[in-house]
Amino acid sequence: MTLLFLVPTALVFAISFKPSDPWGGIGAGWTLDTIRSLGNPNYPAIIWRTLWISFVTTACCLVLAVPCGYYIARAPQRWRRLLLLLTVIPFWTSFLIRIFAWKVLLHPEGHVKRGLVAVGLADESTMLLYRSEAVLLVMVYTLLPFAILPIYAAAEKFDFKLLEAARDLGATQWRAFRQIFLPGIQRGLLTAVLMVLIPSLGMYIIPDIVGGPRSEMIANKIAQRTFVDRNVPHASALSAALTLAVMAPMLAVLLGRRRREGGR
Amino acid sequence: MGDFLQFNEVTKQYGALKAVDGVSLHIRRGEFFSLLGPSGCGKTTLLRMLAGFERPDRGRVLLDGEDITDLPPNKRKVNTIFQNYALFPHLTVRENIAFGLRVARVADAAIKQQVDEMIELIQLGAHANKKPHQISGGQKQRVAIARALINKPEVLLLDEPLAALDLKLRQRMLLELDQIHDQVGITFLYVTHDQGEAMSLSDRIAVMHEGRIEQLGTPAEIYETPHSSFVAAFIGDTNFFDGRVEALTDKDYCRLTIEGFPPALCYNDKRKQPNELVHLSVRPEKFRISLEQPTLSPQHNLVEGQVQEVVYLGSQTKYLVKVQEYLLAITQQHSRFLLDQRPIKWDDRVWVWWHADDGYMLDRYREQDEALMEMPAH
Repeated sequence: MTLLFLVPTALVFAISFKPSDPWGGIGAGWTLDTIRSLGNPNYPAIIWRTLWISFVTTACCLVLAVPCGYYIARAPQRWRRLLLLLTVIPFWTSFLIRIFAWKVLLHPEGHVKRGLVAVGLADESTMLLYRSEAVLLVMVYTLLPFAILPIYAAAEKFDFKLLEAARDLGATQWRAFRQIFLPGIQRGLLTAVLMVLIPSLGMYIIPDIVGGPRSEMIANKIAQRTFVDRNVPHASALSAALTLAVMAPMLAVLLGRRRREGGR
Repeated sequence: MGDFLQFNEVTKQYGALKAVDGVSLHIRRGEFFSLLGPSGCGKTTLLRMLAGFERPDRGRVLLDGEDITDLPPNKRKVNTIFQNYALFPHLTVRENIAFGLRVARVADAAIKQQVDEMIELIQLGAHANKKPHQISGGQKQRVAIARALINKPEVLLLDEPLAALDLKLRQRMLLELDQIHDQVGITFLYVTHDQGEAMSLSDRIAVMHEGRIEQLGTPAEIYETPHSSFVAAFIGDTNFFDGRVEALTDKDYCRLTIEGFPPALCYNDKRKQPNELVHLSVRPEKFRISLEQPTLSPQHNLVEGQVQEVVYLGSQTKYLVKVQEYLLAITQQHSRFLLDQRPIKWDDRVWVWWHADDGYMLDRYREQDEALMEMPAH
């Protein structure tokens, strides 16, 4: 795995420092032009959008996944199996098909739009598709199982007697949940953050299909540089920057985890 | 005084199973009270209803005159020591003990002072900043006690608190619990299936069976005068005889015929009439055993048998003696030891006797208690 991961990553980093040739290939010699091109004035807005969509997606997923994980873990055994099955059932349908399904739903003639108009929450001219909120919605939908599963796994190992102990010592239900349950499933929460945040930062297909020109994310720019501009070194530089951005939170979590375990 | 803690006609049903079936119980202030019974007898459900984790289907729970039946657990002035302590794994010993005070928004300085006192009381000063997984079982036990007592509860609930400890530690913790009870003087409600723990600690014991209280009394009352075959078999060892009252010999005694055993004289405090079916229960230590035929008063029963097994235990010896169709379990203390006296050995013919007052008549047990009766009596 190290080989399959490290070698391509190293190649991407190396190509970042190559000049491009007019035929879409990679020129000879070394240059810093590509790095300079990262200063393109369009990028800060796109990077900012990528970050906020990713973080909001992560936050939404956690807020939804924690109660889900809690209830699945507390459900009786046969219910638990069914609920877990329901959680992973979307994976049986192709990712792409599910996104197109959302496109159909959110379409001006789609059921969601019609329903909202019918109950008076939207008027005919409201555009649901091709905006950042649509990207956000579909991303939360897509990534939610990746948050539920690790949180459930941690909650399942959690000793629910501890919540009774906290209640017995005078804590309200909410306080017991916050001060005893959440710290108890900390590992699951961290895993869920990584499992949602990292794919979010590199998400390409969802903004491409349900997003519009003003909801582009960084990965769309990389694709554009590669396939439209045929400027591979430039795309590589962007990719390298993204890789570094993704590695940062991962390393922070790993270091944090190691420090805590060292303290045990 | 008997109405400090009350369960009034409390019932709890899980599906078809009646976990607690119309239990009424009055516990005095400051008492060390035990609920004793086999697993599934309803004792833990009763405790959880007092803690507030279960709501009775019918009946009320009263604490110091106040109806607490519908109060949530955090509003009750009771604290629990859980079976596996339920210490918070991410908090240190000190933080665990302070939890209740923090929740109650006690000032930091006061918390520090009270926690320090508690840590000193349980002698865990050296471990105050360790996490629960870094300390031993006995230490966890003490932290759990401190964490509960620091809130100054009206009643301390103990749910099989010694079950997770090994024998030696259990005996030491028994003494410590007894001392703590004497020191703090609050009411203890102790749930256990171990009759030894209940007997040695309690002021009073309620023996529970199938959701009901079989008998309530002091340890001595329960041991010496069990109300049912179940209680007699569950508390300590005993020998059961299936008998029928043959005749009343005088106003206090009656003669029993026992199939496969010689007839026996028995104290008749239950006023049994001829032809009633009864159980005769005789505790192993009530028998006397000897190689020579003794001379006895007419209030004694004397039978002859053959030794099947001898187990020497130092302070006492256990014998299994075959008398006609019965195998008697007998324990003898060694009051004196004479080297030249020939000890009783396997296969010896022996004389066994007991005083008519030491046999105890009980109603015939129910079918479902049969399994308990078959437990070997040693």
